[in-house]
Formats: sequence, structure tokens, C-alpha cells
Amino acid sequence: MTTVGLSDSVAVHLDGLRRRFAGVQALDNLDLEMAPGELIALLGPSGCGKTTALRVLAGLEDADSGRVLVGGKDITNVPANRRDMGMVFQAYSLFPHLTALQNVEFGMALRKMKPAARRERAGEMLDLVGIGTHAERYPHQLSGGQQQRVALARALAIRPKVLLLDEPLSALDAKVRVQLRDEIRRIQLEVGTTTLFVTHDQEEALAVADRVGVMRAGRLEQLAAPEEVYQQPATAFVADFVGLSNRLPGTLSGASVEVLDTVLPVVDPSAAPAGPVTVLVRPEAVELSVDPDGSSRVFAASFLGPTSRVTVALPTGDLIIAQVASAMLPEIPPGAAVRVALRRVPVVVEAGGGAAQPARV
Amino acid sequence: MAGLIARRARRQATFRWIVVVVLGIFFLLPLVAMLMFTIREPGGQYTFDTWRQFFDWPQLANTYPELWEGMKSSGGLVLLTVALMLVMLVPTVVWTRLRLPWLRRVVEYLCLLPLTIPAIVLVVGLAPVYAWVTYFLGGSALTLTFAYTVLVLPYAYRAIDAGLSGIDVRTLSEAARSLGASWGTVMWRVVLPNIRSAVLSAAFLTVALVLGEFTIASLLNRTNLQVAVNLLGKSSATMSVAVSLAALVLAFILLFALSFASRRRGQTTRGTS
Repeated sequence: MTTVGLSDSVAVHLDGLRRRFAGVQALDNLDLEMAPGELIALLGPSGCGKTTALRVLAGLEDADSGRVLVGGKDITNVPANRRDMGMVFQAYSLFPHLTALQNVEFGMALRKMKPAARRERAGEMLDLVGIGTHAERYPHQLSGGQQQRVALARALAIRPKVLLLDEPLSALDAKVRVQLRDEIRRIQLEVGTTTLFVTHDQEEALAVADRVGVMRAGRLEQLAAPEEVYQQPATAFVADFVGLSNRLPGTLSGASVEVLDTVLPVVDPSAAPAGPVTVLVRPEAVELSVDPDGSSRVFAASFLGPTSRVTVALPTGDLIIAQVASAMLPEIPPGAAVRVALRRVPVVVEAGGGAAQPARV
Repeated sequence: MAGLIARRARRQATFRWIVVVVLGIFFLLPLVAMLMFTIREPGGQYTFDTWRQFFDWPQLANTYPELWEGMKSSGGLVLLTVALMLVMLVPTVVWTRLRLPWLRRVVEYLCLLPLTIPAIVLVVGLAPVYAWVTYFLGGSALTLTFAYTVLVLPYAYRAIDAGLSGIDVRTLSEAARSLGASWGTVMWRVVLPNIRSAVLSAAFLTVALVLGEFTIASLLNRTNLQVAVNLLGKSSATMSVAVSLAALVLAFILLFALSFASRRRGQTTRGTS
């Protein structure tokens, strides 16, 4: 694989970025360090500043203050066209008047590469993204997924220092999305380019990233490996945004919390003062067992394939969602009596009692 | 049911053809009359002498020096106006779309203004300006380029703006920027090729307008084609009518070419979305 060329991976450092748009703080003192060759996914609801962060790194947007360092060099004032960043956009961005091959050649032509050399490399890049047979097609003759593949080849052809992916999959259908997502990760590992991937789709972020950064209101709430973000969310916001969470009333004392007559360890006991709190419990941490004497009743179930989500009414009348193996479904028809137990995994707590709320699907 | 639809379609087709024929007669009749005027001799004989003279350009310059002068300056004006219009308008409209979207209405309003101001009023305003233009650049008819560029703004703006609406200028230019393109390269290699038919139509409209302009040239004392034709009408009526007819036909051909060019483009890019 010498042809693809492992890029000399560089570290990226976003240092105290601030950006304000008409009344909205899009970036609020954002700090982010990316190791060479790392793929970081920025995840968050729309308007959380993740795209702004990527655009500031690309040079397409100016920060009000703060610095951007790539490979230790301050590039805050370098214009976008001299930053050597490959970018794939959410909207289809291929040049309509050029073929797939010519699109991939575009950046190399600007770098004054010889026509024969750049044609060869463009062909290799198209092969790399699995679309070599469509080199002579125009963008309007390609499907959405194929266009994004070409866009990826075009971005990588210039051997960028950093690869920027701005929700590149959100315009595609579910199946293509998963396929291309896995392929992006494979290619990224192959070329070793430091990559920033912006998405609002948690599954996408968890599946491809080395580390996931969950953003909210222009700040990073948590930056950690996917498993950690999911299993040990730093804040209630992260627990809510990544995966599903039931909200149950509990009582915090010390480093543990009592909820549904079970004592569970707490991820961050300092998140709330001792006393009544809201406890966030994952559906897969809720266990159901068939028990004619059980005080809870199955309310509804939705089949998701190998697993199912079962809504259960607690004796208090509150609803809670449990994720169970679908094989169990026949034993627990709606109305069946069950017993609810919680697995002893660390949970996140939020100050204030509040009413119970099942996980929002 | 199917028969009813077919009958209705047939009736619509008939109606369309009637409209085309009526309009065709309306437009063609004066042209035919002009043609007859140029080829009929007093005795009722037909002769193509006038046209032979018209196409014999070296001779034409000797026989009708003002006309030759007018044709030359109109030709030059066409080229200069198209160039100036494109150089000024394309980057302005693109930049407005990318960076100053709140200015779009203002730019549109400014560009449409010349449409609402009668040429004669425009001249009153332009006369003192042209005193300075003459002072700096001399009294050549080619200086009318400035006035004509203003005059074609409404048409050219509409055409170019419509062309830009058809592409995602922002994403395309950002993609090109990230690949290393300067703003000049973005304009030249990404934006222009994708609004080619819009630029073409703006250019053709400009040509048609410049070839037909009389009022401003006449009132600013410059000789362009139409001023020369008007002058010639007093001495050689057949030649002046022949020249007018040629200018009209040229404009028609350009507009037809334009509609064909844009239709072809429409077919090739269909299915883009």
C-alpha cells in the first residue's frame, strides 16, 4: 500500500476558541487536542457548535479569539486554501462540470502536479474508495453515496494534513450510511490522517471514532473513548444525548445512590448534593424477570430485531424502559406481572428530585 | 376518458400553433416590408444592389464613412460592454451570495434601477459625468461602454443571478478553497464553468441591447450604429433600412442561439438533484 502513502500524521490543537454569531455563542472557549492519526468525532445536537469548530479548523470561519495549531504550527491566520485540509461536506460538493476523475485531480492540479502523475494518483484514490469503475462519470450520473465516495477521494488525494468530515453521511439512506461509515474508518486507518468527524448521529460517532467529544453550547462536555462516553457519561447531558436513559427519583448518599430499593455506585458523586436526586439508568441496565407476584406490569413492547424495548409500569405508576432479548418477549405479554431489578453499574445523577421519566426513544 | 384527454391535448396544440403563427406574422411582417423596401426599384423591378453594397465592406467604408464608423464603434462597444459587465457583475453577485447575503436585495434593486429610469433622464444625469469622461479619455464613441454597462445591468443581473441559483455556490467554493484554490481560481475554474449558459445569455442580451441603442449615443453626440443609420436615412433610405434589418436579424439569431444553448444545457443537467 505504498501508493496510498501514509501521511506524516500531525497533531491538532484547538486552543481556547471562541466564536459568537448574532446572539449565539457557537464556540465557548473550546479546547481540543487531537493526537497524530487520531479520529475524533464531535457529537452534539444541532447548534452546539460542532460544525463551527470544524469550519474554524478548516479556515472557512474565523474565530473571535483562540488559536488553531496543526503540527505545532499556529495557522490561525492562514487562509483556507493554504491549510492543506481535505474536507468532505454534508451537501454534495463535487464540481458538476467535471468527471469523478477530474474532480479528484482538481486539488493536485492546483498543486502543479504533472498530468500523468495526478491522473494515476486520482485513479488510485478512486480505487481506494471503491469507485474506480466510475471515473469517467459526471456527478449527476452518480448516486449520493457514490458522490460522497468521490468527495472523500478528492479530499484525500491532496495528502491533507487533516481530514475534515462535516456530516458526510447525513444525506444518505440508512444502509449506505452504515456501509460508507465503516469504509471511512477503514480508509482513515489505512492512510493514517488525523481526522475530525462531525456528526449528530451518536451511533455513527461511537462506531468510528477513537475518541468521541460530546458538545453542548460551544463547549466539550466530555471527550473520551466511545465505551467510556457510553458507560461512564461525565454529565447528565451526555448520558441523555448518547444512548437512552430512564430518569428515576433516588436518594444520594456518599458515593452511592438508592433507587428502586437498589443501591448503585455513582459515576460522579459531586454532580449533586446528598439527598433527593434524579438517577439516569440505561434501558439495558434494567432487568426484567417473570414473577406472578411481581408488583410491576408490562405496558408495551417494541421489537427491534435481536433485542426489544419493553415499557414497564412501576408500582408507583411511573414508566421505565427495559431492553431485553427478544426471545423473552413471548413470556411477557402486555399486562404480565414482572419484577424489575437494576444491574449494579455506575449511574449518573442529576441534582433535584423531579418526576420519573422513561427513556425518550 | 382517454379520448377526451387526447382531444383536449390536440385542441391545446392547435391553439399553440395559432398563437405562434399570429405572433410570427406580427414580427415577420415589418421585417418582410423592410426587405421589400431594400430590394424593390421604383419601376417595380427587384434588385439586390443595396445588399451587394452592404456586404462589400472595403467599398462600404468609402461610400458611407459615417455608417462604417458607426458599425465599427458598435462592434467595439459590444465587446467592451460584455467584458466590463462580466468583470463587474459576476464577482459582485457571487460575493454577495457568499459573504453579504443581507445586501442581496440592495444589489438587486440597484441593478434593476436603470430599467425604471427613461434613457432621456439617464442622459441628463450622464451628461456632466461624460464631460469628465471626455476630459480624461477623449470623445471616442467607445466611452459609451460605461453608460451601456449600466443600461444592461437589469438584464445581465437577472440572468447571472438565475444561473447562480442553480448551483450550490457556497459549498462548491468552499470545497475548492479547501483543495487549495484562491478566490480567482474559484471564480474562473469552478463558478464560471457552472454558470456558462447564464453568462452566455447575459452576453447575448447585452449584444442585442447595445446594437439597438440610439437615445444615449445620439444625445451624448457619439456615433454608433443606430445614430449612423438614422443619419443615413436622410440621404440613402434603402441602405439605412438594410442596415437596420441586418442588425435586427443578427439580434434575433443571437437570441435563438441563446434559447437553444440553454435548452441543451437543461437536458444535459436534468436529473442532477
